[in-house]
Amino acid sequence: MTVNTGRITTMTALLGLGALALTSCGSGDGSGDAGAAEPADSETTESEAAESETTDSDTTDSDTTETEGGEDAASGSLTIWADANRAEVLTDVAEDFESDTGITVEIVQQDFEEIRDQFVSQVPTGEGPDIAVGAHDWLGVLVNNGVVAPVELGDAAAEFEEIAVDAWTYEGQTYGLPYSIENIALLRNTELAPEAPADFEEMIQMGEEAGTEYPFLVGLDPNESDPYHLYPFQTSFGAPVFGTAEDGSYDPSQLSMAEAGGEEFAGWLAEQGEAGVLNLNIDGDLALESFNDGNSPFFLTGPWNVTGAQDAGIDVAVDPIPAAGDQDAQPFAGVQGFFLSSQSENVLAASNFLINYVGTAEVQTALYETGGRAPALTESFEQALSEDEIVAGFGEVGAEAVPMPAIPEMGAVWDDWGSSQAAIIKGDGDPVELWQKMSQDISSAID
Amino acid sequence: MRPLTTTRTEDRTADRRRARRTAETAGIGWKLLLLKITVLGLLNAVCVYAAMVLFFNERWLIGTLVVVSGALLTWIYFQRGALPAKYLAPGVVFLLIFQVFVIFYSGYVAFTNYGTGHNSTKDHAIHAIMLQTQDRVPDSPTYQLTVIERSGELGFAVTTEDGEVLLGSAEAPLEAAPGAVVQDGRVIEVPDHEVLSFAELVDRQQELTSLSVPLSEDPNAGALRTQDGQRAYVYTSRFVYDESADTLTNTASGEIYTDGGEGAFVTPDGAEVMPGWRVNVGLENFVRAVTEESIRGPLLYVTAWTFGFAFLSVATTFVMGLFLAVVFNDARMKSRKYYRLVMILPYAFPGFLSALVWAGMMNQEFGFINNVLFGGASIPWLSDPWLAKLSILIVNLWLGFPYMFLVCTGALQSIPEELTEAAQMDGARPFQAFRQIKFPLLLVSIAPLLISSFAFNFNNFNLVYMLTGGGPRDIEAGINVGSTDILISMVYKVAFVGSQSDYGLASAFSILIFFIVGTISVIAFRRTRALEELN
Repeated sequence: MTVNTGRITTMTALLGLGALALTSCGSGDGSGDAGAAEPADSETTESEAAESETTDSDTTDSDTTETEGGEDAASGSLTIWADANRAEVLTDVAEDFESDTGITVEIVQQDFEEIRDQFVSQVPTGEGPDIAVGAHDWLGVLVNNGVVAPVELGDAAAEFEEIAVDAWTYEGQTYGLPYSIENIALLRNTELAPEAPADFEEMIQMGEEAGTEYPFLVGLDPNESDPYHLYPFQTSFGAPVFGTAEDGSYDPSQLSMAEAGGEEFAGWLAEQGEAGVLNLNIDGDLALESFNDGNSPFFLTGPWNVTGAQDAGIDVAVDPIPAAGDQDAQPFAGVQGFFLSSQSENVLAASNFLINYVGTAEVQTALYETGGRAPALTESFEQALSEDEIVAGFGEVGAEAVPMPAIPEMGAVWDDWGSSQAAIIKGDGDPVELWQKMSQDISSAID
Repeated sequence: MRPLTTTRTEDRTADRRRARRTAETAGIGWKLLLLKITVLGLLNAVCVYAAMVLFFNERWLIGTLVVVSGALLTWIYFQRGALPAKYLAPGVVFLLIFQVFVIFYSGYVAFTNYGTGHNSTKDHAIHAIMLQTQDRVPDSPTYQLTVIERSGELGFAVTTEDGEVLLGSAEAPLEAAPGAVVQDGRVIEVPDHEVLSFAELVDRQQELTSLSVPLSEDPNAGALRTQDGQRAYVYTSRFVYDESADTLTNTASGEIYTDGGEGAFVTPDGAEVMPGWRVNVGLENFVRAVTEESIRGPLLYVTAWTFGFAFLSVATTFVMGLFLAVVFNDARMKSRKYYRLVMILPYAFPGFLSALVWAGMMNQEFGFINNVLFGGASIPWLSDPWLAKLSILIVNLWLGFPYMFLVCTGALQSIPEELTEAAQMDGARPFQAFRQIKFPLLLVSIAPLLISSFAFNFNNFNLVYMLTGGGPRDIEAGINVGSTDILISMVYKVAFVGSQSDYGLASAFSILIFFIVGTISVIAFRRTRALEELN
């Protein structure tokens, strides 16, 4: 998630990229460094196998699905980049795939935050993987760099939650097989607030009645606010970032948040800032700490903070986000999935692996169990929702969520969005004027 | 007499040389020789293997370099003498890889348009465009697919929804196939054709996934393609690439995109197709840095602050370090050892960790500084443009003074005490003695360190990134540069932050930084040479 990137991870990414620039340009050095040796190309083994196997192809197998043909095992190999959690689950799937097809799968563990940039720089050198795991909002960068290939889900698309497939659709093409949906929702300390609030005002009222230090918590940044976490309130004023085109994709030429709803939201931000409800000095860590200490009944956050709160002994319920305006409060959803390299030489094996193995309910549920995010496959999604109240809470909010725009124009929005929100909350000028100035800057940056 | 002496000296040198040689061979011993042979053997084995792999992957240049450097190293170490080369060779190899190569590579990138949208070669870009613009015909059915082969040519055998069996290949559009055997909705046998198994498909997957079988004679009806070898879908291509003319044609509008020379296909009226590819753009990145208004403004501002930051950081840490060094160098100070130890502590913690801790302490509402030191005042240490600059300097003072303290203590202790005593005999007051005797002597050894400290702070990315992240952002500026950004953190933002990376521009900035730091260092070192004449 672009907004939650930890600084330290970015630092390591920077260092990593430096090192990567070296390796990408050939690491032969002659100093006796063993790293210079690169794995031999697998093509030799492939072509050998091809010769040996053309002889026994006349036998018509009774198995209709070719993937089950165990006796005429295919050769070749797939490389997959995944983060630690996913790698664990994929190892089991890969074993099944290997024994069914004979294609070896190599899983390379990578830091999730690093995969995007590594993928962009490694695919052109031919050192990239066939498949990688990632978030849908990387698509703008991946597609514009020409490093991803579409994945044809075909009829399987209907088996996934609509938002998951929508999120992975970019300019009319589906680029990934989704596996999980992630979004924020309202965490409630049931001891301090037994009922879910209907709207924002009621929530603040309930928070004040609870007599805690803060009526409501959300992690912000003194200079950058946090537009991602405040987005549901913005949408409740009818001010989404971009309008949508006919096919449901985001249209960067319509900056909808520049319209009246956005200005209304700006006024609301200034009010809440003045009232102290939105406090820029409470960052994510402080907010979590205060919620865990029982200093507030409500905390607007994502599933990543639930375990911490439960460990601290808080009885947590997950509620829909209360609207501040007169429309529904829709947060951004991030959808994680697997995507294909445009330079992959194993498209057939890779898409078989994705659609017939990773796309099954069994694997999606396994991915959900290690990752804790609502699964993208409807069958697993419903199963997870019925089993776990927390996941159900986030899942219900997620079903109403909107995919975070993946279009590159979103970069221009992030640049100005947070700092203007921070200025408005701080009361550094007229909220509407600041909002208009921001909208103009974003529009001119997009053009 | 003269010739005699010459022969004698010649004899003597010859003797000496012989003696050295015997000593050398005796000194090496057979064990060392064996070790040398083993190590060089291993090195050569790795080189040969690496070179083979590289040549196999058609990386001729790097492969050749591996062979040449391997041979060179072997030659150096099997030579008699050539001691300097033996000592220097490993270092030079690492210098070449980790410094020289990196410098030349960024130099090269600065002259290209490398960045988002221009990430690879033209071939890759065309390949990606063709992949990304295969549009599936809306609401078209899924065809159960069997891949067949006749005399080496791949074809598709598909069943339609009403059970009809169709056959086709790249050259022959789909047509009915009498005599095909269908089982469970899938073709399992076709006369005169071989049905390919999954293993065979995998072996020919590149051929298969690029195969497109026209639906009918009409090219606009679309074509069947498959990705997984089991299902085929109808696609239309948004673009057609004409290899001989090097143009892309939009199949719907007929618009023609040509290679505009700037790394992308463009129409005459300027519309681009992404992705593009990497091309050499000459000096364009440098020209943009100084002419484009949206870059020039922030660049000038950031450059000015970078100079201010680096200079003030060196000045404050030096004054503080020197002061403490003088104080703790005084013999009258009791238990100096322990104080000195404490002084070093900030230097012992990792800098980025300290910066993060300081960022927490400077929180406007909950930070230690405001809450405890200022009794609950609400001072925006990190969110006011000027206070943020001050905060950065304060934190850098904390991080930097121990170093200055250390080097100043060392330098002070190397100045003989007699000099001060002599000055005091001559009637100089203590400060005068320090100012006119000790300080100039101190500067002789410290000045080069001050210059390197300046160069270090000029690129002090960790501190800025960890403490303020370059912020607070000036929302009036209209570009994502904060008021505490220094050049290197601006380079980072240009290259890695947001969805539009511009490595070319960032590399151009790095080169500018290199020249600035280089020039200043050269001038400053020239000046310090004047100081050395004091000795």
